[in-house]
Amino acid sequence: MSEQGEKKAPAVRRIFPPAVNEETEKFWKAAEAGKLLYGYCLACNEPHYFPRSFCPFCFSERVEWREASGTATVYSYSIMYRSPTGPYTIAYVELAEGPRVLTNLVDCDFKKIAIDAPAKLVWKPSEGGAPVPFFTLG
Amino acid sequence: MSIKGKAYVMGAFEHPTREAIGISTPQLHMQCTRGALEDAGLTKDDIDGYFCAGDAPGFGAMSMADYLGLRKLRHMDSTETGGSSYILHVGHAAEAIAAGKCSVALVTLAGKPRTSQGGGGPRGGGFAAAPEAAFEMPYGGTTHNQYAMCATRHMHEFGTTSEQLAWIKVAASHHAQWNPHAFLKEVVTVEEVLASPMIATPLHRMDCCVVTDGGGALIVTSPEVAKRLKRPKVKVIGAGEAPKGTYGGKVDLTYSGAAWSGPKAFAEAGVTPKDIKYASIYDSFTITVLMQIEDLGFCAKGQGGKFVSDGNLISGVGKLPFNTDGGGLCNNHPTNRGGITKVIEAVRQLRGEAHPKVQVANCDLAIAHGTGGSLGTRHGAATLIMERE
Repeated sequence: MSEQGEKKAPAVRRIFPPAVNEETEKFWKAAEAGKLLYGYCLACNEPHYFPRSFCPFCFSERVEWREASGTATVYSYSIMYRSPTGPYTIAYVELAEGPRVLTNLVDCDFKKIAIDAPAKLVWKPSEGGAPVPFFTLG
Repeated sequence: MSIKGKAYVMGAFEHPTREAIGISTPQLHMQCTRGALEDAGLTKDDIDGYFCAGDAPGFGAMSMADYLGLRKLRHMDSTETGGSSYILHVGHAAEAIAAGKCSVALVTLAGKPRTSQGGGGPRGGGFAAAPEAAFEMPYGGTTHNQYAMCATRHMHEFGTTSEQLAWIKVAASHHAQWNPHAFLKEVVTVEEVLASPMIATPLHRMDCCVVTDGGGALIVTSPEVAKRLKRPKVKVIGAGEAPKGTYGGKVDLTYSGAAWSGPKAFAEAGVTPKDIKYASIYDSFTITVLMQIEDLGFCAKGQGGKFVSDGNLISGVGKLPFNTDGGGLCNNHPTNRGGITKVIEAVRQLRGEAHPKVQVANCDLAIAHGTGGSLGTRHGAATLIMERE
C-alpha cells in the first residue's frame, strides 16, 4: 500500500474491557468460556447480532442465545493506516449462522484479505475484562 | 400535512474562519447567529424557535438559548443526527412553522476541532452507554475506516474504482479555487488524489474531508415574515429524514439512508432528480457522495462511479453541479459536521449569489442532502429540497 503506517509502530492496539450490563452479562460470561453467542428468535426463526433480550425483527422475547460455530466469511474490510499503533483491519464478517458482525481481522497477512475469504473466530484478552471476539483468516 | 411552501430560508451565514484562535465555541455560535440575522434583516428578538445539535455546548438547546439571550422562544429542537442535523433541522423548522409553533427559527452549528480537542461527537458519553458499544468499540472503528468499508464493498459489487472516487475530489477542488475562504484552494488531479497517502483502504487522504473550525447559522421563517424581508426568497418545498442501522446483523454497506429520505423529500416537493439544477451532497468522504447520488436517484444503484467521472459534478462542465463552495472535501467541514454548509451553498445558488465562476445559470431548484454518523454502522439521512420564488 502506501508508506504511511508501514514503519515500525508499537505492535498492539489496546483492548479496553467491554462494558457489561444486565442484558449482556450472559454474553461476556460465555466469552470467558470461549463461546461466541448470537441471538436466535424462536418466534420468527431469525438470527441476530449483537444478541439482545428480544428479537429486533419481530419484537418477540422468545429469544435463545446460541453458540456460533466461529466460522465466517469476509463481507467487507478496510486496512487502517492512520493509527499510532500501526495498521489494523476493521471488517464485517458474515457468520455461518447468518448475521454480519463488526470485528478486526487479526494475526494474518493483510495482502491475503479479500471479500468472501473464509475467517474463523479467535479470542483476545482485554485489559481486566472479558475476552473480546476477533477473527482471523482461515 | 405537507410543509411544501410553508417556510422560507431567509438567512444564511457561513463563518469565514477555518482556525478559530481566540474565539470560544459559544462565541462562534453567537457570531454565526448574528451573521444569519443580518443576512435576513432580522434581530435577535424576532427569533422564536431555536434548533441545535450535539455541537452546541451545554444542556440541550437551553444553555445556548440562555447564553444567546433568546427570550422569545416558544419552540426548541435539539435533534441529533450528527453532521446531517442542520439539514434535518430546516425540515423540522418548516414543520413547526406550518403548525404555528414559531415564525422565525434559528439553526446554529459551530465548533473547533482544528485548534482544540473534541468537536463532533455527542456530549455526555452517549456513545459509551449505547447498546452497541461493547460490541463495536473494541475494533477501532473511526469515520475513516467505517466509510472505507462501504467503498470496499461498493467496489466489489459494482466495479467502482478509486479513479472514479477521485473525480469527486477533483470536482470539489475545481469549485474551491474560487472560494477565498476555502481551506484547500488548489485544483487537484485524479493522479494526485491517488498518490496521496492511504488512510484507510481504499480511501486516500484526498478522499477525506478537511478538519476545520467554524460554523454557520440559518434563519427559517414563515411566509408572512418572508414577505416583509428584502432578501431573495428561498422556499422549502420538501424534506425527508431516515435513520439507517446495522439491523441485527443484516448489514448492507452498499446504500445509505438517502434511499428513504430522498424519495420522501422528492414526493413532497413534487419534483424528480432530473429537475434539480444544483446539488449540495454531503462529502465527508468521496464514497459518501457517490452512494448518496445513487440513493437519491440521480443515477441507478451501482452506476455512481460512471456518473461522477469526467467532471460531471463540475459547475459549467457536468450535468450535476455539486458543492460549488468546494464542499467538505476542500472548503469547510466545521466541527466535523458539514450539514449546515450544504444548506448555505444551496441558498447562495438559489439566490444567484454563488461565486460567478460556479453560479449555476437560472438555478431555481436545489437539493441539500446529508449523512450524519457513520455510513458503515448507523447514521441519520436528511434531504431538503428548496425552490427560488
